[in-house]
Amino acid sequence: MIGNDIDVKVIPLRADEDVVRMRQALRECLVSIGFSLIEQTKMITAASELGRNTLRYGGGGEAHIEKVTDGGRRGVVLSFIDQGPGIEDVDLALKDGYTTGNGMGLGLGGARRLADDFELTTAPGKGTTVRISKWKLF
Amino acid sequence: MERIPILKMGQLLLVTIQVDMHDRLAMTLQDDLTTRIVKDRAKGVLIDISALDLVDSFIGRMINNIAAMAKILDADTVLVGMQPAVAITLVELGLTLEGVKTALNVERGMTMLNLGKFS
Repeated sequence: MIGNDIDVKVIPLRADEDVVRMRQALRECLVSIGFSLIEQTKMITAASELGRNTLRYGGGGEAHIEKVTDGGRRGVVLSFIDQGPGIEDVDLALKDGYTTGNGMGLGLGGARRLADDFELTTAPGKGTTVRISKWKLF
Repeated sequence: MERIPILKMGQLLLVTIQVDMHDRLAMTLQDDLTTRIVKDRAKGVLIDISALDLVDSFIGRMINNIAAMAKILDADTVLVGMQPAVAITLVELGLTLEGVKTALNVERGMTMLNLGKFS
């Protein structure tokens, strides 16, 4: 994505505490862009779900928090990247209630509902990248 | 090991979550609360989340689990002080809290649990 002003923070996700750090870094970023409390809460909740997935199912990885100014809008693009087993059946994974672990199966679908944009790239054995973004119009 | 403190007030257990909880801490709280319900023969559990600006599916599941375990042990659970932004997000996330009553504040929560006296 080409923007006039790009600023990326990379946060490794290797332990539970890293997910907390990521949420806090994201909060700072969202506040600086001027998102409302509700927008912040939705985005950080989505990020918490995806960060957990990276840790639990992806074998650990990293989060990229990218502040973007793109023409007439300003926003944040979050990427959750792992080199784990990948997702075999994406449609199934996106279904509410489906979980391969002990979760509630709401993480992927929930993140998609809570963010403005959602993009999932994965293949068995090739890892997974989930990208979500939220925009503020000037 | 860090733990979230649990207060006993008569037959009531009160937990106030004021930290940004990571998953392990949430699991520890779940186990601690269940143990305390039995040990203290509690009839009610009050979980104060008025300081929480985030409830995701893991925390939601923790709350549901606590309520379910409390019920099995013959105790009620009330969730107190949910922030509006959290409530809106939970609905959109698709998370339903099961077996948990909600109240605006600790006072109302205690009334709901019908515990007026502390022994």
